[in-house]
Amino acid sequence: MSTGHRTINVRARTGGARRSFSVTRPPKSVAMTLLMVLFLVYALVPIVWLLVNSTKTQGDLFSTFGLSFGHTFALWDNIVATVTHDDGIFLRWLANTLLYVVVGAGGATFLATLAGYGLAKFRFPGRGAYFAVVLGAVAVPGTALAVPTFLLFSQLGLTNTPWSIIIPSLISPFGLYLIWVYTIDSVPTELLEAARLDGAGELRTFFTISVRLLAPGIVTVALFSVVATWNNYFLPLIMLTDPDWYPLTVGLNQWSAQAAGVAAEPIFNLVVTGSLITIVPIVVIFLLLQRFWQSGLSAGSVKQ
Amino acid sequence: MTRPARTTRTTRTKAAAALAAAALTAVTLVGCGTADDPSGGTPAGSAADLDAALEEGGELTYWTWTPSGEAQADAFMKEYPNVTVDVVNAGTATDEYTKLQNAIKAGSGAPDVAQIEYYALQQFVLSDSLLDLSGYGLGDLEDQYTASTWSAVTADDAIYGLPQDSGPMVLLYNKEIFDEHDIDVPTTWDDYIAAAKKLHTADPSKYITNDAGDPGFAQPLIWQAGGRPYATDGTDVTVNLQDEGTKLWADTWNELVEPGLLADIPTWSDDWWKALSDGTVATIVTGAWMPGILEGSVPDGAGKWRVAPLPSYDGSATTAENGGSAQSVIKQSKNPALAAAFTRWLNSSEESVDVFLEQGGFPSTTAHLSSPEFLAEAPEYFGGQKINEVLVEASEKVAPGWQYLPFQVYANSVFPDTVGAAYTDHSDLNAGLQAWQDQLVAYGNAQGFGVNK
Repeated sequence: MSTGHRTINVRARTGGARRSFSVTRPPKSVAMTLLMVLFLVYALVPIVWLLVNSTKTQGDLFSTFGLSFGHTFALWDNIVATVTHDDGIFLRWLANTLLYVVVGAGGATFLATLAGYGLAKFRFPGRGAYFAVVLGAVAVPGTALAVPTFLLFSQLGLTNTPWSIIIPSLISPFGLYLIWVYTIDSVPTELLEAARLDGAGELRTFFTISVRLLAPGIVTVALFSVVATWNNYFLPLIMLTDPDWYPLTVGLNQWSAQAAGVAAEPIFNLVVTGSLITIVPIVVIFLLLQRFWQSGLSAGSVKQ
Repeated sequence: MTRPARTTRTTRTKAAAALAAAALTAVTLVGCGTADDPSGGTPAGSAADLDAALEEGGELTYWTWTPSGEAQADAFMKEYPNVTVDVVNAGTATDEYTKLQNAIKAGSGAPDVAQIEYYALQQFVLSDSLLDLSGYGLGDLEDQYTASTWSAVTADDAIYGLPQDSGPMVLLYNKEIFDEHDIDVPTTWDDYIAAAKKLHTADPSKYITNDAGDPGFAQPLIWQAGGRPYATDGTDVTVNLQDEGTKLWADTWNELVEPGLLADIPTWSDDWWKALSDGTVATIVTGAWMPGILEGSVPDGAGKWRVAPLPSYDGSATTAENGGSAQSVIKQSKNPALAAAFTRWLNSSEESVDVFLEQGGFPSTTAHLSSPEFLAEAPEYFGGQKINEVLVEASEKVAPGWQYLPFQVYANSVFPDTVGAAYTDHSDLNAGLQAWQDQLVAYGNAQGFGVNK
């Protein structure tokens, strides 16, 4: 970064180099660089804090500076304590979260792909109305629907069961919209017609040809759904009362809340270590799939 | 001991209807479900029915966040093998109340027995959610409990739960810091204010205590000062946060708030635990359950802390209750007799209370409070001081006649927006109390109560 600054300074002083900027060589700006550095620091400091503090005992958490290490290096002890505390409830929460993500986000991706593709490639009555409803649903935040969903599910007797988390997670209007856009762009109707001429059924065409063409879009939708389900807090908070069904988000909050009141039992070191363990899978998924994410996001932005 | 006035059935139902639209905390759930038993009233039954229910057995769900809850239920099931108790930690305090209220409104999903703090009980009583246990002859247990905790769970003849623990207020102080700065243990609030000045002047990084505006703390102090700001009679509610006692507290506490003599650290936050460890705060004004927590969770304080009676206004040893919970039977319960029997065992049997005490809880049962064994305990953590002598003494000096509001959970939730501002601005608490009162009057009237009418 420092070399970047120096280059800019030299250019500014010598002048004349300005005309050589192009789309592929955009002008460098000290202000923009500083702004980006600020954003970087803003994004990284909490993660650094989490890394540093998950190595501390609760005593060190209380008595040492937040961004420096404590007297003892207790990361391993903390991890062991986190996964064994209260008969290993943390592992149960992790398993629950995985269940909700695999079934909920996986199902959401599957349904969004089917529906988005169908809307893009087939003409049927009510298509316009259906599409309008989906577009409208994109604008409604899930949090606003949580309470009505709770009342509905409680009448169905589904509250406090995994279904109360999985079923609402299956619906992803935004994913549907994204697949629709992506299908129009990347699945040529001519190709489908050719497949039909060769005698392939619609399902076969979809699974052998279209799904492959849609792969980047599907991965993008999967990433969105996985992140949303992994981080889902409010819905499980009101749906679930039994900690045995909690996802990590709600479980960690319960651990954090038990530092208060008449029977206070602070376990901040476990909350911090548990938070670290919670973000690791999502960071890994992001790093592995980010190239798909980027290409998927730009879908439909340029007419080819 | 004065007790909250009994509400007639009509007014109670009216208030329940009014409260059906009220949000306990952030989540509002309106209009769904009806109370299982809208007629209210007392169940027909007797103590013998409870024994029969225990014999017959069944399944119970019990919501609690008490650390000993699981161990107590295990001991219970060992004694009564026909009964299965599912212990669920549905959240701490207000988190649990929200879920409980949601389940009650939804008409299903509520537990048979739930832990509810004394300050929140009235709210559930008025929404007609709790079973009156007097029909099972549990009124005979009155003698077993301290007067203040018994009064917190009863309204005239009705019994809405049995007391689990109590929290008579005391002063915990860090002797090491007091010795270092040559401060005597304050016996009056004037002494306490003088000590606050002396300490903070000598070492600006240290404070006599912290207070960022906590209703669970301010109200017991108002109680001690003689304030009785709330009175409920049916749906008629009086709120007067400028009565003599409340003003006495506010004027006294102003002397700490306005000059900035209190650390601006919210109680129970991680900063607060840190402040207890590193000596930023030298005293905690709190309930008798705190020593057990301190010993369990602030190892750095070992040997430093001591317990003293709460400072007074006039030299008399009056104190108040801070915190504490009851276990109540929820009306939704399909097996109320069994639920009542479990509640009776939980909060009055020797076996159960012993398990509770082992985990550091502070009892509400007079037999335990006066047992020589309990009084003789001299924990190393408190330098070998016989702390229970001080704590039990406090439990006998709780001033009578305090009532909480029938919408106290809401009231506490808006305390930080109103009175809390005075703490952060270091301004007059009386103005904050007035703002709080205005909000309570408006809210109560909107909910169908007649507040200050």
